Amino acid sequence: MAGHHPLIRMLDRGALIFLGVLVAVAVLVPFLNLAFPPSSALHVPTYLVALFGKYFCYALLALSIDLIWGYAGILSLGHGAFFALGGYAMGMYLMRQIGTRGVYAHPELPDFMVFLNWPELPVYWYGFQHFPYALLMILLVPGALAFVFGWFAFRSRVTGVYLSIITQALTYALMLGFFRNNFGFGGNNGLTDFKDILGFNVQAQGTRAALFFVSCVALAIGFLICRALVTSKFGKVLVAVRDAEPRTRFLGYRAESYKLFVFTLSACMAGVAGALYVPQVGIINPSEFSPANSIEAVIWVAVGGRGTLTGAVIGAILVNYGKTTFTSGMLAPYWLFVLGGLFILVTLLLPKGIVGTWQQWRSQQRANAEAAGTPLPPAAAATPAE
Amino acid sequence: MRTLRERVVALMFAAIVLLAGAAAEAADLKEALARFTTDDFSETAEGIAEVVATGDPRAAAIIEALQAGRLLYTAEPKAVYYKDTNGKLFDAATGQAVTGEPSGLENVRLNNRLRRATDAAIGGLTLLAPEPAKRLTAAQAVFKSREVAVLPILDAALAKETDERIKRALAEARAAVVLHSDDASEQDRLSAITSIKARSGQDAVAALSGLPSTVPDTVSAAARDAIAGIHSQLVVWEAAQNAWYGISLGSVLLLAAIGLAITFGVMGVINMAHGEMVMLGAYVTFVVQELIRQQNPALFDYSLFIAVPLAFVVAGIIGILIEQGIIRFLYGRPLETLLATWGLSLVLQQAVRTAFGPTNKEVGNPSWMSGAFEVGHLTITYNRLWIVVFTLAVFVGLLGLLRFTRLGLEMRAVTQNRSMAASMGIRTARVDALTFGLGSGIAGIAGVALSQIDNVSPNLGQGYIIDSFMVVVFGGVGNLWGTLVGAFTLGIANKFLEPYAGAVLAKIAILVIIILFIQKRPRGLFALKGRAVEA
Repeated sequence: MAGHHPLIRMLDRGALIFLGVLVAVAVLVPFLNLAFPPSSALHVPTYLVALFGKYFCYALLALSIDLIWGYAGILSLGHGAFFALGGYAMGMYLMRQIGTRGVYAHPELPDFMVFLNWPELPVYWYGFQHFPYALLMILLVPGALAFVFGWFAFRSRVTGVYLSIITQALTYALMLGFFRNNFGFGGNNGLTDFKDILGFNVQAQGTRAALFFVSCVALAIGFLICRALVTSKFGKVLVAVRDAEPRTRFLGYRAESYKLFVFTLSACMAGVAGALYVPQVGIINPSEFSPANSIEAVIWVAVGGRGTLTGAVIGAILVNYGKTTFTSGMLAPYWLFVLGGLFILVTLLLPKGIVGTWQQWRSQQRANAEAAGTPLPPAAAATPAE
Repeated sequence: MRTLRERVVALMFAAIVLLAGAAAEAADLKEALARFTTDDFSETAEGIAEVVATGDPRAAAIIEALQAGRLLYTAEPKAVYYKDTNGKLFDAATGQAVTGEPSGLENVRLNNRLRRATDAAIGGLTLLAPEPAKRLTAAQAVFKSREVAVLPILDAALAKETDERIKRALAEARAAVVLHSDDASEQDRLSAITSIKARSGQDAVAALSGLPSTVPDTVSAAARDAIAGIHSQLVVWEAAQNAWYGISLGSVLLLAAIGLAITFGVMGVINMAHGEMVMLGAYVTFVVQELIRQQNPALFDYSLFIAVPLAFVVAGIIGILIEQGIIRFLYGRPLETLLATWGLSLVLQQAVRTAFGPTNKEVGNPSWMSGAFEVGHLTITYNRLWIVVFTLAVFVGLLGLLRFTRLGLEMRAVTQNRSMAASMGIRTARVDALTFGLGSGIAGIAGVALSQIDNVSPNLGQGYIIDSFMVVVFGGVGNLWGTLVGAFTLGIANKFLEPYAGAVLAKIAILVIIILFIQKRPRGLFALKGRAVEA
């Protein structure tokens, strides 16, 4: 409405503020962490860098869920699967980097394979010693799975609750599989004891700061992609599919293709989030596939406000910060009450989430102001998504 | 070995009660016991045989004490004592308790040969036990152990036996012993093979393999033929066993899923807290059993009859509260309902964890649900059988409720077309609440049943919820038959895949098959047809 250039159209004031804050954090936090000694008041402790790096990965996952749930009406209760697959791809690269520094000092096989008497590296582990290949797999594996799954599901018009249930079954099946030792992904223990990434020690302060920075950048890029998508014509059709799928189809749009594209894109984003998550927490194991994790990721989006993008990020950070605070103190046994209560209260009382409600309140204000005859500053006239 | 010991303990009781008044044999016993005082292994072996031969009521106790290293003697004067499991000392010859330990007490020592002899002696003593069931298990144990030393007792038992079934078991046991003994004739061995082949089963295969190398070729050829014959029979039995396991698993799935199917059918919402209703039902059973244990243990066998209605009411009321408090406000937003009920399930789990602790709770089987019986080579445990029966009863009851009651009629109407039903004057809100209560109540009684075969812990429901969803997705929500077919298909398919793929891969395969199946029939096997469904 406001600008004519597509870039301006796609970034309203809220999005600009969001990106500004993100970039500032991305630059400032690593700087404050590295440039000042721990004794300094300006120093950001390394554990906080790692913690928030993790939150930003979660935020990217939340963003990917918001893209499909908020704009295409696809509630995936199995998005953790794509997150974990990306994580495993990164984990495999990191495992190959250990080389002879493992407990068994085997030049090729990771420790768990030596332990299980595997004679040689399975074919699907080939190539993971090369970072570019691992990078490709981080995008390709979740994307391919989502494409195949979505192709089947959307083509036969599996929607709504049914779709949610089978996405949950998908991640559940993967979890059972990855728990098995003979799948070749470390079974129960998963992949851990990483040494270095691209030649830098994963534990080092500098590496952590760099990973934090990369996570922020990935989140920003993810946000830009989503924002570009939902403000384009494509995004309008997507919202139409969300609100009235049969009607959109009758108008001549192939709803399933739109859904399939956005679902696959979202899976790739989740994969990237997982890949960034693994070196920062130092482990990936099959419990990442558990359906409960995927559903928890959905509540981040619901808390922040679905169909707002910024809300997904804010929700992910808020809920996870709450979780960390809660589960590290005396209140740990009550966390599930809080989380469960959050699910109930948000769906009942705050269906638009924090950002959605705020946007609604703002547009209400503006409408009141307009009715009172006050002219509006043009840049602020963004329409909320819902 | 443990079963052997259990049998011995039981035998001791029986022997004391039934064979009292064998005082005349005490003299023989004394002579036999004297052989234990020489600290000589071959003397001890004789002693064991003689003690068994006396048929004295204390024989079992003495041999068992010997086996456990609780048989003691003094060389001067020659006397034998045994300690019971509490360490109390008895005179072996008279059976009277001894106060104060005599000086010079020594253990009667055993070597491996003697240990086998005591095992065989105990097995042999049980072969003559007065209870038919004990004789039968003893005969079956001998069939497996093929202990040559038992042969004389086996013959004696065969001569005495009147029960046809036990007689056959004894004859089979004898055949197994003869087949593996070193000095049987070719003719004896061949007839033994015929007799073992007639028995069939995995044990028979074991009995027919690993023959001594000295047997003639005709015998080993006959044994090979017999094994081949048994194997082809076993394939059929194995299929039958798998089918039974499948039916058993299917009935559990049906029980867990049927409430879910009803609420999904009528209201179009998936209750993610359904598993927690099952869990609550199991905890109701636990509480009922605890109260019975404290107040009136005699009622224990009836605990499930108290728990079933109670669990139905408790879970049903909670269900109605959930519907009134949460779900009512979320109609038209099925995905949000999913999330809210998931949150609820977390709260309920944590609440139970806080109230009862995170560990598994002990829920017992009533006596009529314990044990098992065999049909051919099929072992059927009573608890599984009763659960199948119970499930079918619940299914039929529910079918009747839907077919013949006012509520059932209204539920079916709302399932088919909500707005039309509302226009006809059906209070859909009330139907919703009652349906949700009913679905939850059934989950509660499912919990009572599951408490009998699974660990009762706060996570109980989690284990079933995804499988239940699969049943509903697979069977469709049009009618209960879909759920029935879905549950049994999944259960049986799972159990038939398990031997080839292992339990986990079977489950993964089933999930993948359902994900593919839903492409072909997105609304399940028994989908409702009509325009209302699309809305």
